[in-house]
Amino acid sequence: MQQPNRLRPFFENITFDREDNEMIVNFGPQHPSAHGQLRLMLHLQQEQIVKAHPDVGYLHRGMEKMAENMIYNEFMPTTDRMDYIASSSNNYGFALAVEKLIDVEVPRRAKVIRMMILEINRLMSHLFWLATTALDIGAMTVFLYAFREREYLMDIIEGYCGARLTHAAIRIGGVPLDIQDNFISELKAFLDKLPENIKDYEDLLDKNRIWLMRMEDVGVIPTDMALSWGCTGPMLRASGVAWDIRKEEPYELYDEVEFEVPFSDKGDNYARYKVYMQEMRESAKILYQTIDMYAETVANNQTELMAHAPKFISAPKLELMTQNYSLMQHFVLVTQGMRPPVGEVYIATESPKGELGFFINSQGGPYPYRLKLRAPSFWHTGILTDLLPGHYIPDVVSIIGTTNIVFGEVDR
Amino acid sequence: MRAYTPKNDVQKKSYYTDRYWVAPQVAKSAVSDDAVFEADLNAIKAKFDVSEAYIQVEQMVVYIKPEDLVGVLTLLRDECEYTQLSELSAIDWLAKQGQFELFYQMLSMTKRKRLRIKCFIDEDQAIESVSSLFRSADWSEREMYDMFGVKVNNHPFMKRILMPDDWQGHPLRKTYPLQGDEFASWYEVDRIYGKEARDVIGPEIRESAKVDRYDTERFSRLGYEVPFGAEPKAADAEKTPLAYQEEEGVFLIEKFDENDVVESAEFRKR
Repeated sequence: MQQPNRLRPFFENITFDREDNEMIVNFGPQHPSAHGQLRLMLHLQQEQIVKAHPDVGYLHRGMEKMAENMIYNEFMPTTDRMDYIASSSNNYGFALAVEKLIDVEVPRRAKVIRMMILEINRLMSHLFWLATTALDIGAMTVFLYAFREREYLMDIIEGYCGARLTHAAIRIGGVPLDIQDNFISELKAFLDKLPENIKDYEDLLDKNRIWLMRMEDVGVIPTDMALSWGCTGPMLRASGVAWDIRKEEPYELYDEVEFEVPFSDKGDNYARYKVYMQEMRESAKILYQTIDMYAETVANNQTELMAHAPKFISAPKLELMTQNYSLMQHFVLVTQGMRPPVGEVYIATESPKGELGFFINSQGGPYPYRLKLRAPSFWHTGILTDLLPGHYIPDVVSIIGTTNIVFGEVDR
Repeated sequence: MRAYTPKNDVQKKSYYTDRYWVAPQVAKSAVSDDAVFEADLNAIKAKFDVSEAYIQVEQMVVYIKPEDLVGVLTLLRDECEYTQLSELSAIDWLAKQGQFELFYQMLSMTKRKRLRIKCFIDEDQAIESVSSLFRSADWSEREMYDMFGVKVNNHPFMKRILMPDDWQGHPLRKTYPLQGDEFASWYEVDRIYGKEARDVIGPEIRESAKVDRYDTERFSRLGYEVPFGAEPKAADAEKTPLAYQEEEGVFLIEKFDENDVVESAEFRKR
């Protein structure tokens, strides 16, 4: 046996001398196309994978533990660090879960702004997905194009909340700010240009021979496998289930906007690619409608941005500065935190990656007794165990690309 | 009399709670309010014991016996169209009643309904794996074991998933402190340098924002500048006066003097 020392550590799970022809390759944890810290142990017969074993946990920060030691508002910026590509969708999922727990209704204008931010985040996430996946497969041009467009969106978001990646742009009970003056005009300029941009990407990729070879009939996920592995979002929709939580269990004002749920029954990489591209168009459609809805709230003079629930949510600034009792309540809410009633919620929202669920068990204290984060990428990584065997090494890269996993979310 | 608080729950507590404070409840409604859930509940009740069932925040919660778990989930999947297991995990009630509460979050896409199956198990009791029914349970059960130490029988690959394989303790238990325990503070030292280096290196500082004014290797103090790694006593020895370099002149840079300025003819023309 090998004598382990500091320079030659002993890995009990890796056998270097084997009787058969199988080779074990560590893909990651520092592989550029693993989209984070994913260690894949691949058992190979020649170039073909016979067994895959994803190993995660390199980015584990114990968010659920942290949540149990934080007041509800304190936890909001932590949720940013889950899916850091579209961090507002995490903020929103958490805010919605707490709002259901304390049973408050968010003002209409805040809802419209939230929808705008959510859809901008979806576009940002999908553009990022396209850029990185295309880069992994070798399409450098698409990477540069998609990042250029994403930059516009990041600027819009930066103008709104001051941050580019970790937004913390949503509060429990509403949104902290109204949108800035040039928000709508900049967004419109972006949206008007977007169809051309998407067409550019598709012109480059749709019939590209290399793209097709890497995407078509690679990584086929049958419907029952997708359901059994808890796949959601584009992963599930590309496998033949047209399930979009925005459509089926509408939250905010998604029941008032018109949009299609793109889906495909092919289940391969190419189907997922097409679903992502189509979803970008649908997001743009929703954003156009929210711009009109926002104008409507302005016309109707609906200026409230935070829900009125003095027990749980601080009063607006004007009241804090003029009303003694509001200031006292605000002080208690900031120093001690809100105390939601005793109970449980599980709220699922459609984040760009899939179903983002927040399970909160409250025991009436200012800290959640148990908070479980249901992140879609966790199972989209797990499915690699069953999906990869039979594929070849280059397919691993394109399959990881189209699963769109983010390790902030897998490891939490 | 003062209310009893479990002493082995080391999570953060609110520092002040009014003695007459009674926490309100999130409204629960009877299952009979919803026809779809009622049918599902009757299907479960026909074969298994249900100790409690109600609807809370639009989702049905059903308490069953832990030994019926696989049966109930099979029934839900095959007969009640709950085709997805979204999430499963545990809640730690060890301090209060010595039990874990397990929850299995189910989704029916055809009915657009979500329900939660729950059961209680004792600390040392194992639960049957449902990963043969739902592959998603494979990773969730590993996470549950990793975080709580809930043992799962007949799981294909029962190993820690997020924490390192040789970790000791289960981080999401209420008895586990936020900053980690004794084992956690020595883990990296032992792994990287070996146990013999413990005296030299010391335990890992797991407090997030700890600043040690006598630590001259990681922190500098304005006004008391000492060499890197100087002895702790020296840290307070003498005050380093704040001085601006410019006062005594900077090397190679002369002070600006108007009389020395040579204006170019071209510049003067403008």
